[in-house]
Order: sequence, then C-alpha cells, then structure tokens
Amino acid sequence: MAIAIVLPRALYQYARGSNVVSVTDPCRTVADALASLSARLPAVTDRVLTEQGELRPHVNVFVGTESVRFLDGLATELPDGSTLTIVPAVSGG
Amino acid sequence: MTPALTTDEIQRYSRHLILPDVGIEGQQRLKAARVLIVGAGGLGSPTALYLAAAGVGTLGVVDFDVVDVSNLQRQILHGTKDVGRSKLESARARIADVNPHVRVELHDARLTSANALEIIGGYDIVVDGTDNFATRYLTNDACVLLGKPNVYGSIFRFEGQASVFGLPDGPCYRCLFPEPPPPGSVPSCAEGGVLGVLPGIVGTIQATETIKLILGIGDTLAGRLLLIDALSMQFRAMTLRKDPACPACGTRTITELIDYDEFCGAPGAAAMHDPGDLAEITPRDLAARLARGDDGFDLIDVREPGEWAIARIDRARLIPLGQIPDAVSELDKTREIVVMCRSGVRSADAARFMQRSGFTRVKNLAGGILRWSTDVDPRVPRY
Repeated sequence: MAIAIVLPRALYQYARGSNVVSVTDPCRTVADALASLSARLPAVTDRVLTEQGELRPHVNVFVGTESVRFLDGLATELPDGSTLTIVPAVSGG
Repeated sequence: MTPALTTDEIQRYSRHLILPDVGIEGQQRLKAARVLIVGAGGLGSPTALYLAAAGVGTLGVVDFDVVDVSNLQRQILHGTKDVGRSKLESARARIADVNPHVRVELHDARLTSANALEIIGGYDIVVDGTDNFATRYLTNDACVLLGKPNVYGSIFRFEGQASVFGLPDGPCYRCLFPEPPPPGSVPSCAEGGVLGVLPGIVGTIQATETIKLILGIGDTLAGRLLLIDALSMQFRAMTLRKDPACPACGTRTITELIDYDEFCGAPGAAAMHDPGDLAEITPRDLAARLARGDDGFDLIDVREPGEWAIARIDRARLIPLGQIPDAVSELDKTREIVVMCRSGVRSADAARFMQRSGFTRVKNLAGGILRWSTDVDPRVPRY
C-alpha cells in the first residue's frame, strides 16, 4: 500500500528532501496516514494537527482533489494509491 | 452601458477585437468595468499592469505604503526612480504610461472595517493583492456582504494559491480557511523571503480571472483552488466547495465587518502551542554577555546558509530551522540556549519547539540580527 503526501513548501523547512513523502505503512484513514507521517516528521504534523489530534482550522487536507472537511474529516478512508495534499493558509502578496 | 471605442482604442485593442469570445462587445465590457486592486505590491503589480493593458475602464488601487528598494525585486509596477515615493502615485504614473485610457482611482488608506464597504461598493470586482490575513478576511467578508467577486491570490516563498471567491453560489475565503493561523506562525515575505517572479505568476493568473469574469467567458477558478509550485512548476487544482456552515456566505451570521486585527491576533501575541511567554534576550544584553566572555550558553542561529553568508554573529552556531528537530537530540537540554534568526520570528518558533522537546533554558533573541545591526553593530549588513 502506498500513499503519497504532498507537503507544502511552507512546511518544507521541516521536512528534509523532497516535498512528496511516500507512506507505505497500512493506512485505512487520513488520520492513519498523518500518524505515520508524524512518526517520521513530527514537526510537520505539529503544524497540521492540534495537540488534541484535530485538523488545525488554517490547514486543509485534500484526498485527491476533495477536502476532507467535505468528506469524513480525518476519518476519511484512503484508497490505495491516494495522494494527500496538505494546504496551509499563506498570506504573502 | 456600452461605451463606444475611439479610433485609438480600436487600434490599441485590435488583438482583442479580432479574438473570438472577445470582439468589440467584449472590449466594451472591459471599458465599462470597474475593478478594485487591494494592494499595489507583489500581486497588485502584474494585476494592475495587465488589467490596464487590457483596457479595463476604471482601476481603483488601495495602498498606503511608500516604495522601498527591497520591493523592486518583485513589485514590477515600481521602478528605481520611485523609491521613496507613494506606491499609489507610482502606480498611477505607470498605469497612465501603459494605457492612458484607464481611469485610475487612488485610495490612499489602509483598508479597514470603517472604509471597506464604501470603497469596495464602488467597484464590480475586487482583486485581493494583500499581504496579511486580517486584510484578506476583511476583503472577503466585505465582498460577501456586497455580493462582489473576490479574485484571490496569495504567495509564500516558492508557492502560490489562486481562486475566485464571492460568486453567488460559490465558496468564499472562510469556506477554505475558517480561521487564520496563530499570529507569527506564518512568516511574511520580509521574514520568509519570496521568489521575486512568483507574484508575477500568481498576479497574472488573478488578472486573467478578472478579465474572464468581465467578459463572461471560460471557466473561472470559482469552486477550485489552484496550487502553484514554482520549484517543480506543478499546478494542482483542488475542488473548493461552498460550506453551508460558513458564517460569511453560508449561514450569513456575519452581517457586519468585525475587528480583523483581533480576529487574527495582534503580532507577537500568544504562541502557537505554549501558553506561557517565551523568554527573550535583547541584542544589547547578548552583546554584553559575549563581551565579558560569558561562555555559559550556546548561541544557535536558525537561518539558512545563504543568510549566514550575508551576516552572522561571532560565536553563533548555524542550525537551519528545518534541521532543528533532528539536532535537538544532540543538544544539552539543561544548558542555556539563545536562539536567533533574522528578525526573531523563526527563532521564536524554534525556541518553542525546543521548549516542548524538554529544553528548560531557551531564550529568543528579540529582533534577531536586524536589531543586532541597529543596536549593537551597524557594520553587520541588514537584508
């Protein structure tokens, strides 16, 4: 099983190397995939989830092109081969 | 009202006039359109230039700032001769040169809850070229209240976002980001840096969307969030849905503009994770300790190697911010550590991370190397 997680370069400073991370641990849901990411890159998920494990309100997570806010949140199921894209708010102009 | 085109305009816009889906009628629509550009900076620059070139009849520009030399790396509306000049005056002159047929209306003010409805009310479409969250939420809420399309763009380092908010059945900014990030957690362009050409890409996309809205052609970014990664030159389009629970455009519980500075938190307010205050040391105090040979602490610089090459403080050790999580396991958690960066934002971030990792004597260098340059050693270059 492989899930690709696209990290925004706003979080890139916390992740070494490529901004696309592959997760091969078994993951049924978005929460599982983020937990797997957290084991490797805790500073990244620190920016994505609150201490209570909820999605921070200024961060969106997309499964394919759909925001999990309109699916089942962090319990959204992940088909094998899914791509997760993490999108935090940025304000530069 | 369909304003007629003069002979000069017909010549000027000939490449539009012969274009299917534009033609004379489309050009007349452009001439009749009134577009407000909030911010004459990185995003506002290409937007203003291209909308002027396209013949948008009236361009309103909101800004209150003066051109700084560090703007010129990306704010292509302004030039070297404009340094020190009002951005609005610079914009007016440049737009007039590009296209003297465009009426330019200048709004020399910070957009606030007190003036936003009146200013925005005078235009058909708003382009969000702002550089802070408070003004983005303000612009969004005002556009939703007034029923105006809000052409959104934002940037950070090498990445950008673009969408069209505020259409009648479409989402708004709050549908995407219900709340802003904690204050100080997302660096500004001044703090984090930005590839100069990036707002050129995103601003031009905003200009394109604005023109499409005016002409009523093509598929706009309404209902989509375009993610631009300039490093990989990848464009990803996410689906954006209108949130029925959105207080702005869903439930409509927001019926008037609020205090957006409070909503977004004042700069330097509560930390992201740590309810307590982060201990700080001023550059003067640090200099005094270094001068008397105090070696009872470590000085860690979390900037990038490129910045280290520009300016550094002797005795500092460089550990770029991205490497801090790995480095903390090798550092003595009981030793006093002073963390520094360019202006104090990234170092505060690193210091809080270290505190959460068990470091008990961490201090942030207030104001970073910029304040060191001002208060201690002016020979240290500011950048």
